[in-house]
Amino acid sequence: MIEIQNVTKTYYTGDVESQVLKGISFTIKNGEFVAIMGPSGSGKSTLMHILGALDTPTSGAYSLDGQDVSKLSEDELADIRKNKIGFVFQSFNLLPRTTVLRNVMLPLVYAGIEGEERKQKAETALQAAGLDKDHFGHFSNQLSGGQVQRVAIARALVNNPALILADEPTGNLDTKTGEIVLATFQKLNAEQGRTIILITHENEVAEHADRIIYIRDGVILSDTKTHAKRTIK
Amino acid sequence: MKIADVTQETCAAISSNKIRSGLTILGIIIGISSVIAMVAIGQGAQSSVQSSIESIGSNLIIVRPGAQRGPGFQVSSGRGSARTLTQADADAIMQEVSLAKAVAPEFSGRYQVTSKGKNTNTSITGATASYPGVKNIEIDHGSFISDQNILGLSKVAVLGPTARDDLFGEGAEDMVGQAIRINGMEFKVIGITVAKGGTGFGSQDDMIYIPLTSAQKFLAGENYVTTINVQAESSDSMSEIQQQITDLLLARHNITDAANPDFNIMNQADILATASSVTETFTILLAAIAGISLVVGGIGIMNMMLTTVTERTREIGLRKAIGAKRLDISLQFLIEAIALTFIGGAIGIVLGWAVAFGVEYFGFTQTKVTTASVLLAFGVSAAIGIVFGYYPARRAANLNPIEALRYE
Repeated sequence: MIEIQNVTKTYYTGDVESQVLKGISFTIKNGEFVAIMGPSGSGKSTLMHILGALDTPTSGAYSLDGQDVSKLSEDELADIRKNKIGFVFQSFNLLPRTTVLRNVMLPLVYAGIEGEERKQKAETALQAAGLDKDHFGHFSNQLSGGQVQRVAIARALVNNPALILADEPTGNLDTKTGEIVLATFQKLNAEQGRTIILITHENEVAEHADRIIYIRDGVILSDTKTHAKRTIK
Repeated sequence: MKIADVTQETCAAISSNKIRSGLTILGIIIGISSVIAMVAIGQGAQSSVQSSIESIGSNLIIVRPGAQRGPGFQVSSGRGSARTLTQADADAIMQEVSLAKAVAPEFSGRYQVTSKGKNTNTSITGATASYPGVKNIEIDHGSFISDQNILGLSKVAVLGPTARDDLFGEGAEDMVGQAIRINGMEFKVIGITVAKGGTGFGSQDDMIYIPLTSAQKFLAGENYVTTINVQAESSDSMSEIQQQITDLLLARHNITDAANPDFNIMNQADILATASSVTETFTILLAAIAGISLVVGGIGIMNMMLTTVTERTREIGLRKAIGAKRLDISLQFLIEAIALTFIGGAIGIVLGWAVAFGVEYFGFTQTKVTTASVLLAFGVSAAIGIVFGYYPARRAANLNPIEALRYE
């Protein structure tokens, strides 16, 4: 369960202060698939950073999985990210010259999970993300864009997080592979009950989620349920 | 992060850019190997000087005339003695200084020496029968000067191996019975000494020994000695015996002002200490020069690590996003830097050892690689890794994950 209440974020550049988030509140239940939408400059990236425990709000409260995350230190935030959040980035951010399996195991390295258990968890996550077993030993530069993003999804899944945060996951993919990646998210949501937050500026992408929160100029404009366009066969 | 993971990450990082890692390691290799080699050369010089000083005898005290009244300086010295040191002084030391184990007075000077068709200018030492024991001289062929030779003013000579080679040609072995001419007078060769080798303190191989009395009569024409060598019972009694000799000679020479004696007493331990301190300074100087290259190598490490941190900014951002703490990140980069210096250090030690061996093998100078210098080099290389890796590692750990992820 994700609860944010009256969250604001203000940046100071010299004497100029700019309020990027101006009091945002919503609740996301476990197992929801939510898209956060907005044009660039709307504050959706800042919101994602706060939701992803990469940053803390200037004021307001953020509770993730029953834990108050809004006033933690840097290392405490790292612990939250390690145990409760899985990230999927627009630019994939896989380690170069590293095998697929090793990439997916990386969060487990920091989580202190070792040996056979580490390998098994990584393989399970890769299968859940829909990657063929043949590719497990490949380097990331030997894969197509869609495969790379599925490796990244597997990496986000591997430590069984409470929340998967996907920041423009289809931004660097063509429409067709984008669809495949979005279908993967839908499948994870439907079959495993994963809580997924999708940040995007594209309507078509957002429509894959069950709920769309639309942000503009740091405030929520709308929060609507959709009849998600299911692409699972 | 566990050790196995850190090791794997480090190996991957170092091998991902082999040329750059190699060049950085090369900087450390040069630094460490030059420190090892230079210290080895310095310590080799130290031990060679030490052994050459020790080769002139053990527990030796050398009494020489005072500089102001040296031989050839025709001033009248203390009442009753024409020159400052005499055979009588030597006898008195032997009788009255209880700690003296042996006394060997000598007269030495350089003279032209000829044999059949060859000649040389070398050091002639008028010696007594006790001389070989005091000065660690061994006889290869024949015998040394005997007491009979001394009493009989015999014209006999014992040659050092270098002097023998100069007079009879290389490869001449046993020349006992041959005749040489010193200062125009014929002397019969009765012995050859064993080669001592060693340089730096005047070769004892280029030397001709004749009876002291013969030297005084035929060469000096006067009854004085240039040096009295005294061997102490043990190294512990050196300063005590030195004091006893000083007191005795001051009394014998009727000198009341102890600060202005007409003789000098040198103690072998003092000579050794002086020489050691010179070679020690020399070693430190060499090590310091080599140390500069080590510092330059360390800067190379820092340079590479800073470049690596910049290049891998996004990776650092990702690692932070998936839960790496500041300590995880800083350890990763610190260990990478330490690994670079360690590899460089290990190769550098081997190379430095090889250089030291080569220097000795090709006969430039004696060298000595000590465990201490190897340990020091290893410690220094680890320290360089930590010192020069710390700043880049801290920089990596301090990166803001949001900015790092956005970094292009």
